Amino acid sequence: MEECLAKKMEITVSEAEKRTGRNAMNIQETYTAYLIETRAVESQSEGQCAPVDSLWRRYSEFELLRNYLSVTYPHIVVPPLPEKRADFVWHKLSADNMDPDFVERRRIGLENFLLRVASHPVLCQDRIFYAFLTQEGGWKEMVNETGFQLKADSRLKALNATFRVKNPDKRFTELKHYSDELQSVISHLLRVRARVADRLYGVYKVHGNYGRVFSEWSAIEKEMGDGLQSAGHHMDVYAASIDDILEEEEHYADQLKEYLFYAEALRAVCRKHELMQYDLEMAAQDLTSKKQQCEELATGTVRTFSLKGMTSKLFGQETPEQREAKIKVLEEQIQEGEEQLKSKNLEGRDFVKSAWADIERFKEQKNHDLKEALISYAVMQISMCKKGIQVWTNAKECFSKM
Amino acid sequence: TSLAEVNSFSPSVPISPSSMISQYKFEDGPELRDLFITVDDPESHITAIETFITYRVVTKTSRGEFDSSEYEVRRRYQDFLWLKSKLEEAHPTLIIPPLPEKFIMKGMVERFSDEFIETRRKALHKFLNRIADHPTLTFNEDFKIFLTAQAWELSSHKKQGPGLLSRMGQTVRAVASSVRGAVKNRPEMFTEMSNYMETFSQKINLLDKIAHRIYKEEKDYFNEMKEYGAIHTLWSASEEDIADSLKGIASCIDRCCKATEKRMAGLSENLLPILHEYILYSEILMGVLKRRDQIQGELDSKVDALANKKTEKDLFSEEIGKLEDKVERANNALKADWDRWKQNMQWEMRSTFMNVAENNLRYYEE
Repeated sequence: MEECLAKKMEITVSEAEKRTGRNAMNIQETYTAYLIETRAVESQSEGQCAPVDSLWRRYSEFELLRNYLSVTYPHIVVPPLPEKRADFVWHKLSADNMDPDFVERRRIGLENFLLRVASHPVLCQDRIFYAFLTQEGGWKEMVNETGFQLKADSRLKALNATFRVKNPDKRFTELKHYSDELQSVISHLLRVRARVADRLYGVYKVHGNYGRVFSEWSAIEKEMGDGLQSAGHHMDVYAASIDDILEEEEHYADQLKEYLFYAEALRAVCRKHELMQYDLEMAAQDLTSKKQQCEELATGTVRTFSLKGMTSKLFGQETPEQREAKIKVLEEQIQEGEEQLKSKNLEGRDFVKSAWADIERFKEQKNHDLKEALISYAVMQISMCKKGIQVWTNAKECFSKM
Repeated sequence: TSLAEVNSFSPSVPISPSSMISQYKFEDGPELRDLFITVDDPESHITAIETFITYRVVTKTSRGEFDSSEYEVRRRYQDFLWLKSKLEEAHPTLIIPPLPEKFIMKGMVERFSDEFIETRRKALHKFLNRIADHPTLTFNEDFKIFLTAQAWELSSHKKQGPGLLSRMGQTVRAVASSVRGAVKNRPEMFTEMSNYMETFSQKINLLDKIAHRIYKEEKDYFNEMKEYGAIHTLWSASEEDIADSLKGIASCIDRCCKATEKRMAGLSENLLPILHEYILYSEILMGVLKRRDQIQGELDSKVDALANKKTEKDLFSEEIGKLEDKVERANNALKADWDRWKQNMQWEMRSTFMNVAENNLRYYEE
């Protein structure tokens, strides 16, 4: 295993800043820029720290990087970016892109993205990626010079267009099916989680009203006054505690979201394979039909109906010279076609091999990450319950002193 | 008598130990009780004119003035209303416990639904026991008849005594006079009480609204959690490695749901009914204070009349004396009752909220 970039270099997205500037159409806009800091990991035994390099990038540049990587490495499940717009929000969180909480979570997401790419055995070696991290000026031009946009297959954009593949690879079909299921289940889960958060928020906050009324009530009581007052205080604490709890849960939601988008990336790999297979089959089909044509011309038998054949019957047969010329052209094409088919087949097998290797790697990573996320969620719930126990034990004591 | 014995009188009523204590607690402690009442076994009766429910009222007592030591009768809601009004008549300045209302405005409970009947039964049980606990009311004659008379005996007894119309007339006059001269000469103590009751009533109403709101929010939370758990189970079906973790979370969410249900039940069985009772109590107390003012008003007007008429002094002074006595007795009774009531209320509130806290604890522990 070659050394990943992540091991050689410390990467952080440490800051986010609001900027205004002029865009391509010379219209003023506000955007957020993120500071990427890198530092070479040297032997830190003597307490020496290598100098920190830094540069600013905005979200659209991250997008450009990712598009480049997806096209250049079609067999790799490319790590996803954090969402462009806030989705799955519950009512307290704003859906505003400029909201500081959202920007903060996005900053973490972008850092995560860079770390994922840097720890990928193949992607980390890409020079454009390296330049993204280290070269401030001229990076965009560098990317465009690679001409990756030409390689991008526009057919992939039509996400739901179906290509009739005659011999689909069963493994890829299953994988695509799985990625669809994963996407659907995670997005459903995130939606319901948002609703659950909303409801829980309601329950906690209404208890805060107790605090206010208890305090007002305690003003007219003599023996019960103190107990009521302090119990009311605990109700306020209870109501306030929900804010931190739900903020922590957002991080869990972000972890799930990453895999929601990863599922898309997985699906993209399957689609690319599908397309490859389709092209292969089309090429093979084309070759077969050309071979057939050749044979027909040579032997003069018409085995299959063709419009050309009919018209020639109507308007008279061709001359032998014409036929010879046609056969020659076809033979050349067949030669070409056979070579193409061979190379496509090779390409296909290579793709499948390397894709499958990356998919296995991805599966392991996914299982590990999701398990950890689920565990941390459970831990969060336990801590929430513990806080609840504490508050209500205190409240109970106050009540008993009334 | 221990708690176990008290329990044995109410086999079919699942009252929690802590709420039983709050019901039966009074200054002397349960050892000196000599009157035990239960209300249970609601039964539906259908006649040509109407359909109504009767409840079984079982009384066990060791008191000498009762002919027997055990009684079992059936009563309907109307009978309870009658008892309450007789008690109010006989003791206008004592605090008569609240009866459950005739209808519930909320409209979510139908008149004869099981839930409604059970809620009413519990409230009627509390009503009778509170009367039994009261040092004065417990010896009221109408109360004794209510507990012991057969149905026909009760009907004939009801027909005696001042009719409904005359009672209504009294009430109207009482309201009129209290509006006129109530504030004059009112002892400081009762003004304080009145102010207190105003604020208290406000706060209790607020608490009631809050508690209902919490109940609703919890219900919504419960519904969402059910869906939440189901999704995790669904997901586990597409996974291999993490299927177990997902199933684990799904089952925890289910347990959360069950715990939430328990919490909601705790609210609706303990806190909500008691808050409601104290809302009724605050209305009752306002009424009691008004009646006291009315009696005071009578006294004052008689005193004024005396100041104007020099003749018939003796007659008047006797009357005045009687009225003053009456007012004093009423005041004392009210004060004593008030103190008792406050203590009881404190205790009830305390145990109610402790209950809520306990429920929440259990919820979180699960």
